[in-house]
Amino acid sequence: MVSKTAGYILEMNGIDKSFPGVKALDQASLRLKAGTVHALMGENGAGKSTLMKCLFGIYRADGGEISVMGKPARFGGPREAMEGGVSMVHQELNQVLKRSVMENIWLGRFPKRFGFVSHKIMYERTASIFADLGINVNPRMIIGRLSVSQRQMVEIAKAVSYNAKILVLDEPTSSLTNDEVEHLFTIINKLRSNGVGIIYISHRMEEILKISDEVTIMRDGRWIGTEAASDLTVDKIIKMMVGRDLTQRFPPKTNKPGAELLEVESLTGLYMPTCRDVTFTLRRGEILGVAGLVGSRRTELLETIFGIAHRSGGVIRKEGRHIVNKNSADAIKNGFAMLTEERRATGIFSMLDITFNSVIANIKNYAAHGLLAGGRMYTDTKWVIDSMKVKTPSQKTHIRDLSGGNQQKVVIGRWLLTNPDVLLLDEPTRGIDVGAKAEIYQLIINLAAEGKGIIMVSSEMPELIGISDRIAVMSGGRFAGILDASDATQEEIMRLAALYV
Amino acid sequence: MADTESAKWKEWFLNYSLYVILGVLIIAVVVKEPSFLSFNNFSKIMAQASTRGILALGVAGMIVYTGTDLSAGRILGCAAAVSASLLQSVTYASRMYPNITEPLPMIVPLILAIIVSMMFCCINAFGISILKMHAFIISLGTQLIAYGTLCLYIDSQKNGAQPLASLDPRYIGIVNGHFDLGFMQLPYLVIYLVICSAFMWVIWNKTTTGKNMFAIGGNAEAAAVSGVNVTKNIFCVYLIAGVLYGIAAFLEAGRVQSVTTATGLNYDLDAISGCVIGGVSFTGGVGTIPGVLIGVIILQVINYSLYYLNVNAYYQYIIKGLIIIVAVAIDVRKYIAKK
Repeated sequence: MVSKTAGYILEMNGIDKSFPGVKALDQASLRLKAGTVHALMGENGAGKSTLMKCLFGIYRADGGEISVMGKPARFGGPREAMEGGVSMVHQELNQVLKRSVMENIWLGRFPKRFGFVSHKIMYERTASIFADLGINVNPRMIIGRLSVSQRQMVEIAKAVSYNAKILVLDEPTSSLTNDEVEHLFTIINKLRSNGVGIIYISHRMEEILKISDEVTIMRDGRWIGTEAASDLTVDKIIKMMVGRDLTQRFPPKTNKPGAELLEVESLTGLYMPTCRDVTFTLRRGEILGVAGLVGSRRTELLETIFGIAHRSGGVIRKEGRHIVNKNSADAIKNGFAMLTEERRATGIFSMLDITFNSVIANIKNYAAHGLLAGGRMYTDTKWVIDSMKVKTPSQKTHIRDLSGGNQQKVVIGRWLLTNPDVLLLDEPTRGIDVGAKAEIYQLIINLAAEGKGIIMVSSEMPELIGISDRIAVMSGGRFAGILDASDATQEEIMRLAALYV
Repeated sequence: MADTESAKWKEWFLNYSLYVILGVLIIAVVVKEPSFLSFNNFSKIMAQASTRGILALGVAGMIVYTGTDLSAGRILGCAAAVSASLLQSVTYASRMYPNITEPLPMIVPLILAIIVSMMFCCINAFGISILKMHAFIISLGTQLIAYGTLCLYIDSQKNGAQPLASLDPRYIGIVNGHFDLGFMQLPYLVIYLVICSAFMWVIWNKTTTGKNMFAIGGNAEAAAVSGVNVTKNIFCVYLIAGVLYGIAAFLEAGRVQSVTTATGLNYDLDAISGCVIGGVSFTGGVGTIPGVLIGVIILQVINYSLYYLNVNAYYQYIIKGLIIIVAVAIDVRKYIAKK
């Protein structure tokens, strides 16, 4: 084993990075020793990914210094970083799924003989790396046919093939079974004993305490502390991760939960990974927050309720009536509305105007004698703009020209035009600046006060505690517990969120 | 067990559906008309499939990129006109170039046909990689440009627009000749197709260009992150396609022995259909050279057998359309992601 007193192979000091309206990194630091596993922890949005993106040159840091193996380093992109001995295995694996394992590993630098790509050399090199690491995968397999854990191991092997001295693993165990985790740890231990420094990003506390030598904790883009794993406990880590002041302000809650509106019983999705055995009730005028870590299948839960993901079992009742949402059209008819998480990808029609974006979910109600009634579409769009307080020069403005907050208001308005009883909101304030957030909060509370039932998925715990009535915590696709928002603490939510990961 | 058995059977069917379709077709025709099964019918089908097959080998690369090429047929028309005009019999009075009094070496028109095709392919590659246009649009534009050029060229003859015919007998011989193997005739055209296929198989499977082409088609972002030069690769693949179009044009002119403004019309659609039937998926990153060949041959078998069975020409269109739809509908089953 390489001596633990060896020097730092990676030093990131005082890294700053700002995006419009957000300070993503504020004097963040990280120092990694050779032959150690260094866990990087923090809530969703604490700045872990941003810090790594600065290391790999995907983002250019506004300030601070990065040095790799004692030399200043400023990589222009992931490929340069890989050649400089720094590799990363992303949570979302970026692979060419239809090609073979070995082609994915050697893509961009295929071994050749006599000017032609040599499958023989490629196979031999891949097989020897696999043998070294104890990976039991046929290099000729089409990579899309492998399990997620095998694909992840292929990525690790790719890093090894670049002779990586520093390896970043982003949530490597989030979709692995226990046995697969054990195998991964064997590989990590082998790399560690070869002197590779490993940055291990994960939410699984027990795992981190087991595998890592040191732990760095980040919060709100800042470095909070670096400690030896042996000095830490789960409780201590949680305290460091969430111990911030509640600086955000929330509007007063004027909604009063009333009669029971929705009853969900043992809801389970069909295609893995998905939600499992989820049971809860929602009342009129209630805001039910849904907390959980990335990958806890909160989005899948909403999609399964809304009928755009298949379900394998479970019952949904609305005011006592059994409801089957086979697709989104059924769901809309049954009084559901869903605000999607990826606003740009699945929320707005960016090249089209506000009128279109407002009326699209309700379009068939404007049809009179087969043609659309322009007048009513105009009035309804005007209602959206006025009641949501959308700041826009006109109805004909392209929605992509509005700010994120105003786009989100249009999308919420779109769904209100369908006159829903149940609103499913997936990260309604993501990517929205602080001022607009407050307006969205007010809007959500007003809707609840009008008697609508609201289910709000969010990764921001203060926001959940601030505006929900109850908070359901999801973990590994299941409900780990439902808390009363008035006495929920971030520590308690964190504990539940890590329950089944 | 029954479940996994039927799942296995289903997977086998999905993977080999092409061969199943081809087999069923041939059996159906043979049952109806036993005389169909002869070596000479086989060699006729292969010869007819050859020029379109070579064209399809070029188009396939563009489909692997999740693109397409609507201009291939008209490019072929242009290049065919160039090579035919240079190889008209020197004794033919109203030939296009009366100044050519000695027969040109065959290689000259072949190379010119290739250069013409490569130039048009460069327009497509430029549109896709530099201007970031969709392949459908840029190749639609190129198609019109190539057609206009072809018409101008044919119209520039001193006697006005007339077919470029009366070709040099050497030319006709080199294209339409055959080896006599005793039990069957082996047309030269089939040999040219085999050579082009072997060449393309090497490009696709044994060179960086081919490997990177699949990577870009399968996941452009992953390819770029791994340091693949996407623009360079697209130009390479299009230029190679240009070479194939040029060869196909040279052979096609010799095969039909007359080039008009209609030469090449809809050849691109035949080539695309052949690729798609052969499992080159429009979702990108998937395809094989044997697949392309089988796709083109299936199309030609359909053509020839419908003709052989004396099926009404209008029904032929309908049957061909249905077969394309069925083949692709089976093909996409392989890639549907479930949620």
